[in-house]
Amino acid sequence: MSRLEIFPDLLEQRRRKDRVFKRVALVATMIGLVALGALILGVLVQGLPWLSMDFLNNFPSRKPSKAGLKAAFYGSLWLISLTTIIAVPIGVGAAIYLEEYAKDDRRHRLLELLIANLAGVPSILYGLLGLIAFVRIFDLFEKDTVFLGIPLPFGRSVLAGALTLALLVLPVLILSTREALRAVPDSLRQAAFGLGSTRWQCIRHHVLPAASPGILTGVVLSLSRAFGETAPLIMMGALTYVAFTPESVFDSFTAMPIQIFNWASRPQADFQGVAAAGIVVLLTVLLGVNAIVVALRNFLERKRIS
Amino acid sequence: MERSSLQGSARRRLQDQWIQYGLRACAGLAVLTSLGILFVLLKESLPFFEEVSPIEFLFGTTWAPLMEPRKFGVLPLVSGTVLVTVVAALVVIPVGSLAAIYLSEFASDRKRRILKPMLEVLAGVPTVVYGYFAIVVVTPALRLILPQAEIFNALSAGLVVAIMVIPTVASLSDDAMRSVPQALRDAGHGLGATDREVAMGVVFPAALSGVLCGYVLAIGRALGETMIVTMAAGATPRMTANPLESVQTMTGYIVQVSLGDTPVGTTEYRSIFVVGLALFLMTLCINILSFWVRSRFREQYS
Repeated sequence: MSRLEIFPDLLEQRRRKDRVFKRVALVATMIGLVALGALILGVLVQGLPWLSMDFLNNFPSRKPSKAGLKAAFYGSLWLISLTTIIAVPIGVGAAIYLEEYAKDDRRHRLLELLIANLAGVPSILYGLLGLIAFVRIFDLFEKDTVFLGIPLPFGRSVLAGALTLALLVLPVLILSTREALRAVPDSLRQAAFGLGSTRWQCIRHHVLPAASPGILTGVVLSLSRAFGETAPLIMMGALTYVAFTPESVFDSFTAMPIQIFNWASRPQADFQGVAAAGIVVLLTVLLGVNAIVVALRNFLERKRIS
Repeated sequence: MERSSLQGSARRRLQDQWIQYGLRACAGLAVLTSLGILFVLLKESLPFFEEVSPIEFLFGTTWAPLMEPRKFGVLPLVSGTVLVTVVAALVVIPVGSLAAIYLSEFASDRKRRILKPMLEVLAGVPTVVYGYFAIVVVTPALRLILPQAEIFNALSAGLVVAIMVIPTVASLSDDAMRSVPQALRDAGHGLGATDREVAMGVVFPAALSGVLCGYVLAIGRALGETMIVTMAAGATPRMTANPLESVQTMTGYIVQVSLGDTPVGTTEYRSIFVVGLALFLMTLCINILSFWVRSRFREQYS
């Protein structure tokens, strides 16, 4: 048999392999999407019958039919607002420093490695840090000390939770903000320096506005992570029965992910439905906020171009 | 006139200095956080090792901290963590890589623009939701196929962890493969290679640094994952390689103790910080590995 005769067969075989491989790759892509579909469907089937205005307005209860999300919903709002106030200025500031001011020397490369490493530290370890550093403040204070009107240590308060979550999101926030700052063309900076502006004037009036859509996306992505975070709050001891909404940052709180975990780990089958209803609310808030931000970002980008 | 403008500029330069100090302080907080985590873990761990010998902790094969006689051998918790991570890695490495190859090499631009954001939604789902999904959907389905599986088992937890980290692997690998220059693909096709041969023989090896980095990051996230394993893998510390059995992971143990009312200052209480320290060191190794992979296998195309 000459080579010319076997070649077409081989080619046909290779093409068949090609077709099979492409189909397998498509199936692999679909596995993730099918899982996502199953997750959403499962949650909706279990949760929708339990979803009602009562569910949103009631406090937690021992009876599934009376259990509600109110305390957790407001707790989550307090927590995420305070986290935003603490984390965003610090995170954006650190990113500006590393991207615009820092020289590329060994000390700063080490700092970059530290931040990248912090982004990979499991969230539960931030919970242990928060427990000692914020809930108990290293046991430096007697119980129920009040200093300048601030109760110390912070205990299981909104403030302790928000500080913990802020430390947790900072590395991710810094990394994404740096990415956005890096995308701003250097010609913009050189033009500002050429007109005699200081570094800060250049950043404040030219770099930050140009990078704002990217920064905004990073901020929202990292804060949505904080919004769904459960483990660090459990470590702080936030898993307690709370039947009120916080009125100051020193009040104790519960949050939606913790409440969902609490319901899901009860043996009664009805509470699985209640947990699913909570998940429906949680996912709706997360998807809603993300959609708003995508729209806002498109708007900002269009405004800059025109 | 000239003098006042010079003064103004001096003031602005001073302002610039102060702002720079402020921003540097923000960046310094990262150092403080790293030191803080290490300090907290060590501070509570050192007294623990006065009561339990490090040898027993590192090599003991029984973990029974809450009942007499108490035993603090960490290996069962480590083996539980590793078992769940191995299950997750075995699933996510082929699935995520194939998805990335499909997205970057075979899918049309339009399909890619739809499919990739949809896959990335998986990364935004809170872990407590995945935990619920594991106990309500995945475990019952699994027990229909494999009736010998226990109600809480490592397989179910591992599968759901794998779903959670699919975007980590797929997105990073997709980005890496798309940054391989078109000329390399054209050369492959010009030599008569089929699409699959170009993807597997040319593009995938060329993008290896990014792909491996995705694997390593996914493994790191699986090691530290807490809610899914707490809810689905069980609370039975045991050394087993059988994924159908109930196990307990390091993170699962930390949650279990903090849910109970263990008094502060006891050995059991300190044990969660010791286990946390071990977990921190494991993820630190994984992170260092990922930095190394990125710099070692990086291919520069210009």
